[in-house]
Amino acid sequence: MDFTILINIVYIIAAILFALGLKMLSSPESARKGNLISAVGMFLAVVATLLTKGLSFQWIVLGIFIGSILGIFAARLIAMTAMPEMVALLNGFGGIASLLVGWAVFHAGLRVELLTIITVFLSVLIGGVTFTGSIVAWGKLSGVFPSKSLLFQGQKILNLTLLLSILTCGIVFISNPAANYQAFLLIVALSFFLGISSVIPIGGADMPVVISLLNSYSGLAACAAGFVIKNNILIVAGALVGASGIILTRIMCKAMNRSIANVLFSGFGSVIKQAVGEEKGDIKPINVQDAYLILEAAKSVVFVPGYGLAVAQAQHVVRELGGLLEENGCEVEYAIHPVAGRMPGHMNVLLAEANVPYDQLFEMDNINPKFNAVDVCVVIGANDVVNPAALHDKTSPIYGMPIIEAYKAKTVFVLKRSMATGFAGIPNELFFYENTRMLFGDAKKTISGLVAEFKES
Amino acid sequence: MGIDLFIFLLFILVLSVFLGFELISKVPSILHTPLMSGSNAISGITLVGALVSAGAESNTISTTLGTLAVVFATINVVGGYLVTDRMLKMFKKR
Repeated sequence: MDFTILINIVYIIAAILFALGLKMLSSPESARKGNLISAVGMFLAVVATLLTKGLSFQWIVLGIFIGSILGIFAARLIAMTAMPEMVALLNGFGGIASLLVGWAVFHAGLRVELLTIITVFLSVLIGGVTFTGSIVAWGKLSGVFPSKSLLFQGQKILNLTLLLSILTCGIVFISNPAANYQAFLLIVALSFFLGISSVIPIGGADMPVVISLLNSYSGLAACAAGFVIKNNILIVAGALVGASGIILTRIMCKAMNRSIANVLFSGFGSVIKQAVGEEKGDIKPINVQDAYLILEAAKSVVFVPGYGLAVAQAQHVVRELGGLLEENGCEVEYAIHPVAGRMPGHMNVLLAEANVPYDQLFEMDNINPKFNAVDVCVVIGANDVVNPAALHDKTSPIYGMPIIEAYKAKTVFVLKRSMATGFAGIPNELFFYENTRMLFGDAKKTISGLVAEFKES
Repeated sequence: MGIDLFIFLLFILVLSVFLGFELISKVPSILHTPLMSGSNAISGITLVGALVSAGAESNTISTTLGTLAVVFATINVVGGYLVTDRMLKMFKKR
């Protein structure tokens, strides 16, 4: 029996469920249900596909079994702080899957029309770049590779040469696919190489942009695979993901006041080092006891988390301190910069994990107007995103980047391990402000100290 | 693939991109991480193509490549949806 029509109707339903699921992600209340609806769509699409005529199930079952086990374990065991790594890997797996589908279709040798071969080429190219690019991003995020940007002479020329070589091989391959299998294999190898060489120069703090971009590539790769097998649902789903990645990329770039080209090609962290300004005034350290006295008297406290919070795993003690402050009659809020952490929304997930209610989490634009009325702003492991130099110092490399205006608070506590500069190597003038007090040491220990002070009193 | 079919698929692509922009631009920034992992799961839709390649039994290489693709795409689908659910479960109101 031929189920083609039924399969296609189910695909339409799946597309509707994907769209609905994404729509429900517009509010935290409905988001979880939206994710479930999207998963149901996926389940239906898979089941319908299994009705395709003449499929043999042994390899399918094996593949799904292995993939499910790995997926379940990964999803259960991953720490919330390691979410950027997980997303980077998932991006890469999406890419390699599309590459493999394109490759398998070519080997099946059933269809040799020109347009199909072109789409095979595209799905291999995008899939390959996404795969190795994501693996490099994963390596940088998890510390397997050095996370700083790695620039070398002739990098742009190398990447351009790679791209041109791939296109040349592509033309050779497309002109006569059956006779030019070597050209195809070369395309696979060069795409892998291009993925590596284009992500290697990008430093750790620029990872939010790279992950977003790779996210969008993984969607485009699915789209390309959809053209290869002439399947609507792949195109619709791939386009939704591609659009999502592009939107996130744009938001991240805007939050850093940089163009996408600047992020991809300039190797931010390495270029900046020479632009070190002079220190202005003295820094004023404070100890935990004195900090406690100030917090104890505060009526309004805002926490500004950054990547350092994730590194120190301090989200739970921060929540505890927040709770104690609230019991003390203080208003507690969290100000989150769009590029804080290593991926979009990273800080929100960490704080949600520590049971911070999401109505206490504020976006930069919503909290900035309130800072004049804030008694104490506690900056935890954030640096460049609170640097006032971005607002007025035209010589600063981050000039023009929107910041969280922590400096407007009556008192600013900066929790920091040492006076070393932030990722970008830019001195932070906030540390020298009259109202700033430095709390040196491990963020988790410092906050635990404050919690202990509160509990003793 | 004939040019007619190609144009038809392109048509779907263009409209879906617009739909994607409309939907995603309404997602608040606090949910951007679940959005990414959730859209990862959706891009695991490649699984649909991988299943056909793995099950068609046209030749050994195709089947091997297809099966590998099934493994990777399934990790995306299963891992993506589960981890997204795990994250979204944590977002609570006061």
